[in-house]
Amino acid sequence: MRRLLAGVALAGVALAGAGWVLTAPDPVPEELLAGLSGDAARGEAVFTAAGCASCHHAPDSEDRLVLAGGQSFPSDFGTFRAPNISPDPDHGIGGWSFAQFANAVTRGISPEGQHLYPAFPYTAYAQMAPQDLADLWAYMATLPADATPNQPHDLPFPFSLRRGVGVWKLLYADRGFVLPDPGTPDLTRGRYLAEALAHCGECHSPRTALGGLDRSAWLTGAPDPSGRGTIPGLTPDQLDWSAEDIAYYLESGFTPDYDSAGGHMVEVITNFAALPAEDRAAVAAYLKALPEGGRLD
Amino acid sequence: MKMTIAAAAGVALLATGALAQEQDLSGNVKARQGQFRIMAINLGILGDMAQGKTEYDAEAAQAAADTLVAVSTINQPPLWPEGSSEMDMDGTRAKAEIWDNMDDFASKWAGFGEAASAMQQVAATGQEAIGPAMGGLGGACKACHDTYRAPQ
Ligand code: HEC
Ligand code: HEC
Ligand code: HEC
Repeated sequence: MRRLLAGVALAGVALAGAGWVLTAPDPVPEELLAGLSGDAARGEAVFTAAGCASCHHAPDSEDRLVLAGGQSFPSDFGTFRAPNISPDPDHGIGGWSFAQFANAVTRGISPEGQHLYPAFPYTAYAQMAPQDLADLWAYMATLPADATPNQPHDLPFPFSLRRGVGVWKLLYADRGFVLPDPGTPDLTRGRYLAEALAHCGECHSPRTALGGLDRSAWLTGAPDPSGRGTIPGLTPDQLDWSAEDIAYYLESGFTPDYDSAGGHMVEVITNFAALPAEDRAAVAAYLKALPEGGRLD
Repeated sequence: MKMTIAAAAGVALLATGALAQEQDLSGNVKARQGQFRIMAINLGILGDMAQGKTEYDAEAAQAAADTLVAVSTINQPPLWPEGSSEMDMDGTRAKAEIWDNMDDFASKWAGFGEAASAMQQVAATGQEAIGPAMGGLGGACKACHDTYRAPQ
């Protein structure tokens, strides 16, 4: 498997050589960001729903708001490490402009113009409303600064080459929402929370050989990235809980038979417990509206 | 005969190192999983009342809370013998990290005990009191499952 992946990725790198232009970063149009002013109070809910703290708080820290980075994320391609995104000007992102932040979060482009790795779920955040992005940026500036230096990722060649991510982006980025036409305002909100902010698909959807999300099997469950066990499917044929049961799980962590959530889902529940009840209900409605077997694309 | 038994016992003693690995620990695993099932059933009684799915009943709520406290006093070490992690055997989701961080694991279990006592104090005082106490219990369960229980 690894050999195959390396082969495919090498082919990708060769392709990147041929298509150097195609794989160049494609930034957010300036007009989209012009004139926006952020509201830190509103930004807190965006930050919570998007789960930024889940990945960026220090590994053993009790304080989820110190975004010092350092957590490891194992994958088929090597181990990624979350960087410091606290407002520290030297080690965090305190010296960045709003446009640089917007490009990192929604396009996966660093201030130096390099591709960021999709272990950072920017393909989901690409659907974020520009006003939410501005509010999020305003809120993050209010968090404590921390001077922990970034740790390098542990990636073998060729995955260590950021340019290769450009090929990946051609295949998997910029695809828009998965569930078409949600219809009701409640479902529209649920889809926005689940697909754009809370990136449920990053854990609950299977991936292709190149590590892209398989949108034709959306939220049908996936192997656990630790290499053992599985992350459960959420489509109605697999998750037969009522909408109320789903909302209660997102608030308390209790399943309908009062087992309690574990693993990475705990961080998601910590976040959703802090959001308004309507948001939990909206996500529950979204899950109930998913097609059986997740066939969408 | 006596001699053979004594000799056999000696050999058995010498072999305990090797034997420990082959020992059948499925009973210990069943026992600890059973205690969690008892917890879940009693949380269900309280949680359904908190959510308004069943009618509030002070006596039943108190009995459920008392049971949770009783479970929290079960002596844990015999239920978690060395060699009974999911890396060692099938049929368990207990992560090997438990045995590397026994003190932390024990303090998470103590956290459950505190949350259960808090529920015991308020369970009979009315339906409104149960929701917040459920929150404390849920926090205690998640805090441990987060780190020490493997995915399905
Ligand atoms: C699933 C884990 C995960 C989540 C959730 C996550 N990030 Fe990240 N983030 C990462 C990883 C891993 C990187 C490193 C990517 C790289 O080096 O290419 C990263 C990189 C970044 C960077 C670039 C930092 C730098 O120094 O280059 C920024 C900015 C950032 N994240 C902000 C956010 C914000 C804001 C959110 C919430 C909206 C968020 N992240 C949510 C894992 C995550
Ligand atoms: C960081 C990874 C991750 C993200 C993001 C995530 N989940 Fe989960 N989810 C898990 C894991 C792991 C489990 C299994 C929990 C356990 O072992 O108790 C799970 C379990 C669940 C369950 C219980 C299913 C069952 O059959 O027991 C539901 C419901 C759920 N998640 C919904 C969601 C929703 C809705 C979102 C987005 C708002 C989401 N998850 C985002 C990792 C994640
Ligand atoms: C100190 C750690 C800890 C605490 C606290 C804890 N659990 Fe668990 N729980 C575990 C571990 C470890 C397992 C896996 C045991 C195994 O499979 O051998 C487990 C398994 C379970 C199971 C599955 C049992 C089975 O049949 O296999 C349920 C249900 C459960 N826990 C519910 C709860 C509830 C509800 C709470 C809170 C009231 C809770 N647990 C608190 C560690 C804990």
